[in-house]
Amino acid sequence: MKSGRFWAWFVFLLGAAYFFIPLIATIEFSLRMRRGVYSFDAYKVVLGDSQFQATFMFSVIVAVFTILLGVLIVVPTAYWIRLRLPQLRPIVEFITLLPLVIPAIVIVFGYIRMYGSNSPLPFLGSNLGANALLVIGYAALALPYMYRAVDTGLRTIDVRTLTEAAQILGAGWGTIIARVILPNVLIAVLSGAFLTFAIVIGEFTMASLLNRPAFGPYLQNLVANRAYEPAALSIIAFVITWGCMSLIQILSRFAPKSASRPN
Amino acid sequence: MTDLSLSNKAIAGNTAPPAEARSLRLPTQWLGVTPFFVFAVMFLILPTLYLMLGAFQNEAGEFTFANIVALFSANIVAAYWISIKVSLASSLIGAFAGLAIAIAIVRGGLPNWIRSATLTFSGVASNFAGVPLAFAFIATLGRLGLVTVLLNTLVGLNLYAHGFNLLSFWGLTITYVYFQIPLMVVIIVPAIDGLKREWGEAAATLGATQAQYWRMVVIPVLWPSFLGTVILLFANAFGAIATAYALTGSSLNIVPILLYAQIRGDVLHNAHLGYAIAFGMIFITGLANIFYIWFRTRSERWLK
Repeated sequence: MKSGRFWAWFVFLLGAAYFFIPLIATIEFSLRMRRGVYSFDAYKVVLGDSQFQATFMFSVIVAVFTILLGVLIVVPTAYWIRLRLPQLRPIVEFITLLPLVIPAIVIVFGYIRMYGSNSPLPFLGSNLGANALLVIGYAALALPYMYRAVDTGLRTIDVRTLTEAAQILGAGWGTIIARVILPNVLIAVLSGAFLTFAIVIGEFTMASLLNRPAFGPYLQNLVANRAYEPAALSIIAFVITWGCMSLIQILSRFAPKSASRPN
Repeated sequence: MTDLSLSNKAIAGNTAPPAEARSLRLPTQWLGVTPFFVFAVMFLILPTLYLMLGAFQNEAGEFTFANIVALFSANIVAAYWISIKVSLASSLIGAFAGLAIAIAIVRGGLPNWIRSATLTFSGVASNFAGVPLAFAFIATLGRLGLVTVLLNTLVGLNLYAHGFNLLSFWGLTITYVYFQIPLMVVIIVPAIDGLKREWGEAAATLGATQAQYWRMVVIPVLWPSFLGTVILLFANAFGAIATAYALTGSSLNIVPILLYAQIRGDVLHNAHLGYAIAFGMIFITGLANIFYIWFRTRSERWLK
C-alpha cells in the first residue's frame, strides 16, 4: 500500500509537471516584452489593440447567438423526446453525436459548397448570411455537449407531472417550455452554454474558412507575426476557458439531485 | 406504460372519440421535433452527403471512382499516413498516461482535493486546443522555449542539436497529448469509480492477490471503455487542425491542413479530389466511431 501511494504521487506529479510547465513557460514569455525586466507590457498592448477588441467582441456576440440557437433547438427537442417520442431517442442521440464523427473542417467545407452565393440558399452571399452560417455551424459543433447537458438536466426533473400540472392550469406549449421546463433545467442549460462559449470563443477552422473577423483567426494571424502578444493572449484564452469550466463546476453544485424524482 | 398513460390523458382531455383524437394528435407529435430535424438535415447531414456524393463524381457530374483512386497518390497518402500516425501516437500515449493519472487520483490514496482539482483542470485542458495551445508549446519547447533553453544552459543538452524539432511528428504528438490526457481522465474516471468495492472484497475473500485482482477483474472490466476512449481520442486528434496549423503553418502535411489549403485555394487543382479527401476523413473517423459505440455498449453492461 505504501509503495502504491508513492507511485500515485509519482504519476500525479509527473502529470502535473507536463501540464504546468507549458503554462509557466507561456506566462514567463508573456512577461518578457520589455528587455531585462518582467512587465505586463504585452498584455497592455494586446488589450489596447483595437483589432483585438473588435474580434473578441465579434466572437462573444457569435457565442451568445450560438447559445441561444442551441437552446432553442435542443431544449424543446430533448423535452419532446422525453415526453412524447421516446422511440426517437436513439435517432436523435445518434444525430447529436455526428459532429464528433464529422470533423468541423468537413462540415464547413460542405457549407461553402452548398450555401455559396450562387446556390438557392445563398448564406455566403452577404455578411449577415455568413455570420448566421457561422452561428449555425457552431451550434452544430456544440450540439453533442448541449444535448447531453440538457438531457441530463431533464432526467432529474419529473417532466410528465410538471407538464400535466401546467396543462391543468391552462398553459400552452410555449408557456410550458419557457416558464416551466426551462427554469427547471436552467442550470444544465447554463453549463452547456459555458461549454459552448469555451468552444466558440477561440474556434479557428470555421471562422477562417467562412472569412469571418473572429478571435480565432486573429490569434492565428498574431502568432505568425508577433512574439510576445500571442503568449499574453494564450494566457488570456486559458483563463477564459478556466473561467467557463469553473462556472460549470459551481453551477453543478446548485443542480437539483435526482432524488427529487418520485419514481 | 408510457403510451398507456398518454392515450388515457388524451382521451380524458378531449371529448372527441379516440380515433379522432389520434388523427389530431399525430402531426403535432412530430411538430415538436421538426426544428431539430430540419436543422440536422440542412446543416449537418446534407452538407456532408453533398461532399460524399461529390467524391464519387467527376466535373461533369458522372459517377466515377477516379477521385478515390487519386487519393492514393504519394502526396495525399503521405498526408493521411502522418495524420494517422500522429493521431494514433497521441491517442495511445494520452490514453495510457490518462489512465495512470486516473487510477492514481481515484485509487492511489491521494488527498481528496487532488481528485477534484485534477478533474476540474482536465475539463479545462481538454478544451484548451488550437492557437493558444500551440503557442504554449512554442514557448516551452520551441527553439527559444523555456525548457529548451534551461536544458541547454543547466545540463548542456541541446534538444535541437539532437534532432528534436517541435514542427515534426513528435512535436505535434507531444502537443496533442496535452488535450488527449485530460479527455481520457474525464471519461475514464467514472469507469474506474464504477469498479465496485465488493468485487475487490470478493476477490480477496476467494484468496486472490492484488495482481490477480487487477489481471482478472479490473482489466477485463475497464478494457472496453478504455479501448473505446482510445478510439474517441483518435478521432479527436484526426480532425484537429487549428493546433497543427498554428504550430507548423503548412510545413507539416497532415490531412486537415491539406484539406484546408484545398478549400482555400484549390491547391490540388481538382475540386472533386477535395471532396474525396473529406470523404476519406469521414470514413476514418466514422470507422473509429463505429468501434467506439461497439465497445461502449459492451462496457456499459458492467458499469451500470
